[in-house]
Amino acid sequence: MSGPMEAAFYVAAVVAVVSTILAITRLVAVHALLYLIVSFLGVAVVFYTMGAPLVATLEVIIYAGAILVLFLFVVMMMNLGTRDRERERQWLSGAAWLGPALLSAILLAEVIYLIVSGATSGAVAANIGSKDVALALYGPYMIGVELASMLLLGAVVGATHLSKAEARP
Amino acid sequence: MNAVPMSHGLILGGILFALGVAGLLMRRNLLLILVSIEVMLNGAGVAFVAAGSCWAQPDGQIMFLFILAAAAAEVSVALALLVRFYRMRGTLDADAVRGLGE
Repeated sequence: MSGPMEAAFYVAAVVAVVSTILAITRLVAVHALLYLIVSFLGVAVVFYTMGAPLVATLEVIIYAGAILVLFLFVVMMMNLGTRDRERERQWLSGAAWLGPALLSAILLAEVIYLIVSGATSGAVAANIGSKDVALALYGPYMIGVELASMLLLGAVVGATHLSKAEARP
Repeated sequence: MNAVPMSHGLILGGILFALGVAGLLMRRNLLLILVSIEVMLNGAGVAFVAAGSCWAQPDGQIMFLFILAAAAAEVSVALALLVRFYRMRGTLDADAVRGLGE
């Protein structure tokens, strides 16, 4: 029973993984960020096919829309040029990437073995709309919402302070 | 009705997390290190949503919303620090950060 949603899950998963691999190996920062946007859009489609439309929307709006735009503005402020590309090529050359990639692959193989051999036999079939999420978010998780708002306020104050202290001589 | 096994969702989350770990270890550019951290948070979010969707509970999506808030807060502060560091040193080399206390 290979429905269209199931096929969409696997296609989007492959797109997300491939674009993430490209994102972490690019030499130019802007190219890496553009591939990361594609990766986030793929993950958003994965969320939609897993029956989570609200989270899929938020993934596009906040991750691909707000956080990545923040990254892009920072890259634009830094004026990275061809000199930096040559230096990145030196940093990534040789065996500098082989060890970390190998170790991560070993850990990933272990995780996949544990997931496959475990008792996780359920199927992702539920369709949880925004109403259920909102009722739980503003019910039992109210304290979490308050704490998240305080965290964001602290982040705003911290970022403002860090960028303002620069103006002083 | 779709019937994606939950283990496939968890494996996708694991793959994304492992790619983030690999990127974190192999890059020396501070901006790309932050990008790798974003990839890791995203992989954790995929695992949460897959598990929550399997048991038909909204809790997985709520955990993803909290991850989203934490990621936004972390990125804003880290990028402010990054811009300040770049203005100070003129480089994004992670090895140059060791002298921040000077």
